[in-house]
Amino acid sequence: MRGIIGYGTYVPYYRLDRARITAAMGAGGGKGHRSVAGYDEDTTTMGVEAARNALRGSSVTPSSIWFATANPAYLDKTNATAIQAALDLPQETWAVDAGGSARSAEAAISGARGTPGISMAVVSDLRTGNPTSNDESGGGDAAAALLFGDDEDAPVIAHAIGRAAATGEFLDRYRLPGENASKIWEERFGEQAYLTLAEDAIERALKEADLGLEDIDRVVIAGLHARAVRSLSRIAGDKLVDDLAGRIGNPGAAQLPLLVASALDTAAPGETILCVHLADGANASVLRTTDAIAEYTPFSSVESQIENGSDNLDYNLYLTWRGFLDRESPRRPDPDRPGAPPAFRSEDWKYAFVGSRDRSSGAIHLPPMRVSMDGGAVDDMERIRMADTPATIATFTVDYLAFSLSPPTVAVVIDFDGGGRFQAEMTDVDPNEVKIGDRVEMTFRRLFTAQGIHNYFWKARPLAE
Amino acid sequence: MASHGIKDQVAIVGMGCTPFGEHWDKGADDLLVDAAHEAYASAGVNQDDIDAFWLGTMGSGVSGLTLSKPLQIDYKPVSRLENMCATGSEAFRNACYAVASGAYDVVMAIGVEKLKDSGYSGLTGSRPPSDGTDSSLTAPATFSLLAPAYAHKNGLDDETMKEVLTRIAWKNHKNGALNPRAQFRKEVAKETIAGSPLVAGPLGIFDCSGVSDGSAAAVIVRAEDAHRYTDNPLYVKALSFSSGPATGALDPSYDYTTFREVRASAEEAYKQAGIDDPRSQIAMAEVHDCFTPTELVLMEDLGFADEGTAWKEALNGSFDLDGDLPVNPDGGLKSFGHPIGASGLRMLFECWLQLRGEAPPERQIDSDKTLGLTHNLGGQPGACVSFVSVVGSEIG
Repeated sequence: MRGIIGYGTYVPYYRLDRARITAAMGAGGGKGHRSVAGYDEDTTTMGVEAARNALRGSSVTPSSIWFATANPAYLDKTNATAIQAALDLPQETWAVDAGGSARSAEAAISGARGTPGISMAVVSDLRTGNPTSNDESGGGDAAAALLFGDDEDAPVIAHAIGRAAATGEFLDRYRLPGENASKIWEERFGEQAYLTLAEDAIERALKEADLGLEDIDRVVIAGLHARAVRSLSRIAGDKLVDDLAGRIGNPGAAQLPLLVASALDTAAPGETILCVHLADGANASVLRTTDAIAEYTPFSSVESQIENGSDNLDYNLYLTWRGFLDRESPRRPDPDRPGAPPAFRSEDWKYAFVGSRDRSSGAIHLPPMRVSMDGGAVDDMERIRMADTPATIATFTVDYLAFSLSPPTVAVVIDFDGGGRFQAEMTDVDPNEVKIGDRVEMTFRRLFTAQGIHNYFWKARPLAE
Repeated sequence: MASHGIKDQVAIVGMGCTPFGEHWDKGADDLLVDAAHEAYASAGVNQDDIDAFWLGTMGSGVSGLTLSKPLQIDYKPVSRLENMCATGSEAFRNACYAVASGAYDVVMAIGVEKLKDSGYSGLTGSRPPSDGTDSSLTAPATFSLLAPAYAHKNGLDDETMKEVLTRIAWKNHKNGALNPRAQFRKEVAKETIAGSPLVAGPLGIFDCSGVSDGSAAAVIVRAEDAHRYTDNPLYVKALSFSSGPATGALDPSYDYTTFREVRASAEEAYKQAGIDDPRSQIAMAEVHDCFTPTELVLMEDLGFADEGTAWKEALNGSFDLDGDLPVNPDGGLKSFGHPIGASGLRMLFECWLQLRGEAPPERQIDSDKTLGLTHNLGGQPGACVSFVSVVGSEIG
């Protein structure tokens, strides 16, 4: 049997209180919160975090990565390669992008499910809309990863017993490359188009599963067309899985796998879950959980990540991060772009946070060194990945002068459990709350973008409880 | 194999030092001409008498042409050196060795930096292409790591630590107020220093040295020739340099309360000069007070204060102009700013004035000791280069 053998999700730390939009603009906003990627995050880094959580909740190594997003960090250049590198996966791993549309999530998920071996779909999205728009307040940022495999790889916790898709060519939402916000055709038009397609897909999926709607235990409905999703939700009644939109917004392409993960977080063995995705058509699948799900614990549940966020993000900071407000830069030079050959040479360090450990003295070097700082042994090092090792703050400072999209920069000197020291930037933290002795973990971030090159590296963040 | 030093083999016989400050009307070329010709006049030599030149500059030019063109030097050797913030001292050190080796009779060490043309705050510089993982922290941030670590180690509360740092800045500005060459020539009230806007960690604007332009130069000859140029030469007693493995940020045993490189260079310099108790044997010291906690930590690293006591000594005035061991009597980097290539030679210029009794009376140190120390460092805590020199007004 082939199916889902694990999953991971990522909801960024920041929440924007929609009331702050209304207060600032006199329009837009509303009730509740949306999730907001930090100034140092993009769909690739969020994808890495979701994928890390998936792998930390399992003990498998995927042989392919299928990455999808409607908001790629790079065009032309594959983004999945950075995810593959950050996960320290071997070069035999096949890492590919499916991108551009919310529907590309289906491509990544189907691709991963259909590719032999252990495959991971990673779907990430970062939603922006013009200030006061529904997309601004209703959007969200998140990522989710689904691991597919066969029972011999790891216990399958859920598998599809029926699937069907319907495709429609019609204008619902659209965005030219480079634009910050989507345009949307009149909503009632799209609603009718979607409902017809959804009824068709659901009927065929249920037929394949040999079930009626009344046999379904829970229903996940995802899609960016709020009106169509709302209408379709009536078929689910009290079986509808909370779409989390009130608390984190709608994370576009990532919504489907995020809500599936959220459903699996609390699913019991033998449950049937109808999952419907409305995006330029309709996609319906019926999942059935197995007995193994009782033994499966995700590394970090969707609920715990939502709970751990900060809902104190200023709207003006959000607008700055999204490029709607240009702050005065410090009177400092712009950062240098990273060089391609140096970054290539240090891929293990830069992307996978792999240092070197002296075989004779045991000293851990971050970054990796050829000559040991303890005893001077030359070229007698083994690689040691520190990305998943917690650490403790030895000392710290706050830099009010350094270049940052969101000053000040918090810098920490951290000592890793079991050895190794590193001076890191710290993120997802209130500069006034940092203390010596605080516990931290590493997170993959975009330090800055210079001359069109995203500079990815690792930062420290408070260790999740 | 051993380091031997060149105690009393060479001497400074003339020096020049431009005013340090925002020289909107002068480029690096002008500053070099000013400093060099002041030094020629001081030594009573012509440019033609100089056999070779060592130019220190971090970013105001590359190659010997940076000096030979503005000075119109006729086909003499000019070496251009860079060793981060110790660049000026490094030019001096290498020039001294050239004379000691017998290769040249008369040489010049000169340093310059034109910082105010960049339009940026603080120091800037270009780096080779990198993988993008290097720390992007500014200099004040890296040095600010010293303050909480020192306070924690020695049981100081935040208020006391701030008082200590404030007193160091206050002292250096007080000295600089008496120095016509200084960038900042006013005393600054402690409340102003303590209340200045934060730059990094606990460091405010007034805990940081300024950004300025300047140049300084020295004419160096063999010690036995020195009296042909001046009745009061300054003899070089020790020159030491330490470049560390830069493992502070990797090594959990490093606690950010010391510069290991400074300790190594101080130990070496004291050995060369025959000093066993620097606190009692040195008349004055010019140290690298790039940020106030740097000067605090240096007092212990250079052996001027016992471990864990520098903060008390700073508070009770031991390092004041009229204190037990005056530190930065010219006002230091705090009052001069830090034109990188020039700073080390500017420190020597104060030794030149003080040890020969030529400092203005209002800041002339009253001491029967004959030795002065200069200390220059570049980099950051845990990864730096450090220079120490000892000079003296008497042979032996």
